[in-house]
Amino acid sequence: MTVDELQQLVAKEQEAKQRYKSCINVCVATGCIMCDSERVKEAIEEAVKERGLEKEVIVKGVGCLGLCSAGPMIYVEPEGIIYHKVSPEDAPAIVQGLISTPVERLVCPSEMPFFKRQVKIVMENSGTIDPERIEDYIAVGGYQALMKVLTEMSPSEVIEEVTKSGLRGRGGAGYPTGLKWSTVAKANGDRKFVVCNADEGDPGAYMDRTILESDPHRVIEGMVIAAYAVGAQQGYIYVRAEYPLAIKRLRTAIRQAERLNLLGNNIFGTTFSFHIELRIGAGAFVCGEETALIASIEGKRGTPRPRPPYPAEYGLWGYPTLINNVETFANIPSIIRNGGDWFAKIGTEKSKGTKVFALAGRVVNTGLIEVPMGITLREIVFEIGGGIPEGRKFKAVQTGGPSGGCIPEQFLDLPVDYESLTKVGSIMGSGGMIVMDETSCMVDVAKFFVEFCMSESCGKCIPCRVGTYHMHELLSRITSGIATMRDLELLEELCDLVKNTSLCGLGQTAPNPVLSTLRYFRNEYEAHILDKSCPSGVCPIRRLEEVPV
Amino acid sequence: MRAPVRIKTLTIDGKEVSAKEGETIWQVARENGIDIPTLCYLEGLSPVGACRLCLVEVKGANRLLPACVTQVEEGMEVTTNSERLVNYRRMILELLFSERNHTCSVCVVNGHCELQRLAQRLGVTHVRFPYRYPDLPVDASHERFAIDHNRCILCTRCVRVCDEIEGAHVWDVMGRGIKSQIIADLNQPWGTSDVCTSCGKCVHVCPTGAIFEKGKAVAEMEKRRQFLPYLTIMRGGKQ
Ligand SMILES: Cc1cc2nc3c(=O)[nH]c(=O)nc-3n(C[C@H](O)[C@H](O)[C@H](O)COP(=O)(O)O)c2cc1C
Ligand code: SF4
Ligand code: SF4
Ligand code: FES
Repeated sequence: MTVDELQQLVAKEQEAKQRYKSCINVCVATGCIMCDSERVKEAIEEAVKERGLEKEVIVKGVGCLGLCSAGPMIYVEPEGIIYHKVSPEDAPAIVQGLISTPVERLVCPSEMPFFKRQVKIVMENSGTIDPERIEDYIAVGGYQALMKVLTEMSPSEVIEEVTKSGLRGRGGAGYPTGLKWSTVAKANGDRKFVVCNADEGDPGAYMDRTILESDPHRVIEGMVIAAYAVGAQQGYIYVRAEYPLAIKRLRTAIRQAERLNLLGNNIFGTTFSFHIELRIGAGAFVCGEETALIASIEGKRGTPRPRPPYPAEYGLWGYPTLINNVETFANIPSIIRNGGDWFAKIGTEKSKGTKVFALAGRVVNTGLIEVPMGITLREIVFEIGGGIPEGRKFKAVQTGGPSGGCIPEQFLDLPVDYESLTKVGSIMGSGGMIVMDETSCMVDVAKFFVEFCMSESCGKCIPCRVGTYHMHELLSRITSGIATMRDLELLEELCDLVKNTSLCGLGQTAPNPVLSTLRYFRNEYEAHILDKSCPSGVCPIRRLEEVPV
Repeated sequence: MRAPVRIKTLTIDGKEVSAKEGETIWQVARENGIDIPTLCYLEGLSPVGACRLCLVEVKGANRLLPACVTQVEEGMEVTTNSERLVNYRRMILELLFSERNHTCSVCVVNGHCELQRLAQRLGVTHVRFPYRYPDLPVDASHERFAIDHNRCILCTRCVRVCDEIEGAHVWDVMGRGIKSQIIADLNQPWGTSDVCTSCGKCVHVCPTGAIFEKGKAVAEMEKRRQFLPYLTIMRGGKQ
């Protein structure tokens, strides 16, 4: 494909779209498919046909619209009407609604804060383009960034732009992306690799899955740009096997991009060539850790190794390797198209851009949200999330999954950025966000995450392998009301050991849920131990006198 | 012209020492008479940094570093024996003792065991964690050797020596976390392995009584590792 051909394709697609009066976008990401959105889509297509409106109305399968708990979701253009909880039986009414008034009972007020407060960069096309058609992506400006990079920019200019944007890795640690790219670019190696980390193993997190299901080309475009910047010839996307739909759409996307020569040899007719292959992970959380991921791609047992050397110097098969998260790559096309300065204007001083979160737990609106960095937790929980249901009282919000911590009410006005979250004992993490109310027992929550780390520990190093086991045992003693204060002391000492001596991030952060709940909810631990009672009524503590003799 | 050998100067436990570029903290410490505890590390095998016993403090580093894999740098200030480090080491050994069934009094290597020796050296007199008492197998299917998983500390020395030195790759690890276990070939009885050459290298690198020679009574088994440095030198590697 040449530059002109790309522009022609854009024009053709836009013209085709203008021929239709309306477009009914039905979400076909995993969340909505689970509640039968594919049948809804078929029913709507049927209804359109019945009324003979095929020439005026186009029905499209699109990516996630965010409010996953209220699926199946539908987005009608150009009116901008959002329908939720649609069933196949509603199809005729929805098609009728195009002509008369929208179906009142299904309308989801689009001015509600859930939609209004979000800022979309990574998810900008999610819900409006068909993820299985590359033409849809190209029509909204897709691959323009790649074209610009290959025809107008030098690799160092690309890195400079990314550095200027202030983008930091979205995989958890928040390492500056521009810095990582320049390290790989400078590293010596006759071969280099670019790897996209789509292992997403945090319980409850599905940001990366959704991005891949909703807008896979965006990630591919980001990877090709990265490859050009660092001088790589081969790329891998490491996706977990539990994401069949994401895998299917990625495969389709790679094939389409190759067909249009946006991927493969001599991209855009330049001398630059880059190939992408998928690697399917067998479902180990630790394989998301970069050195374990590399071992896994190499066909070895997926266990981490000590760093340094970092993958940037010594990665896949010993060659310099750039590893970034799905969401990190998904930001790249927008940064190149709009400039690093544009991106740097969004967010806070040290955390730029937006972050996608999987909002879950005890809030009215659960689903996927994209918010600017620096937004407060209160805004997320009470405006976007719509507050706590059933008039219950907010207790804490957990960020960062098993590596993160619980943030109590007094920090609700904390801006969401890497540093602030770390300061209060949690982390940004990859984007899991679980809201808890007074019915959650914080010891039980800590135990849940420790159990996760225990069963996901790779077993290579002793502190994590055996330490997380004993942490879980001690927490179980506490939640069953048989622990002593001595157990609590031992637990704290053990947390300190596991945190400071484990080999990789899994072990090093496994104590965080315990440490943060101990920091803010120590009284709950003490209640279990001293009063033998669970203040939230979650843990099945039986008083001695209740135990039948 | 010969490539220059760069020399780094650093301090270890307050002592000024010099080292060749590329040497690890552990190597330089040992050259200077400082013995940093190790379990997974064995000279001649690739280091894996897994047991975490050799962790040391390096001034300015934001975390503890494994001496067995960390290369020296100019001006490093290394502490190998602070109270904090000793406490961590003790607790790691406690974790090991609680993990499996280490009954020294009936073990073939009693008195010659690296785990036991380290525990004595570091003053581990009791274990604060409840013992797990796992139910683990003993595989005595091999003609001359046996592996008792109850005494295995998962250091993977056997895996590495078999793969890297003998080239047979009989051993590997299966499962994860606390359920990890050493396996022969595709998790089959050792005696049925077609690739095992019965060289006995794994027997002698194993730090505990997990892999042992048959026919040895309690405390009779001593491990001989002289072959490792010998082989490494003969193969042109650095000692
Ligand atoms: C136990 C563990 C699990 C991880 N899982 C993931 C993951 O699922 N996805 C991811 O992108 N990064 C994960 N990471 C972080 C990666 O090691 C790495 O830092 C990241 O992929 C770098 O990309 P970024 O700079 O774009 O964030 C994990 C780290 C650890 C320690
Ligand atoms: S910290 Fe846990 S997951 Fe990481 S290397 Fe050690 S045992 Fe494996
Ligand atoms: S059998 Fe011996 S050498 Fe092998 S992992 Fe276990 S303790 Fe280490
Ligand atoms: S000897 Fe260094 S980690 Fe085991």
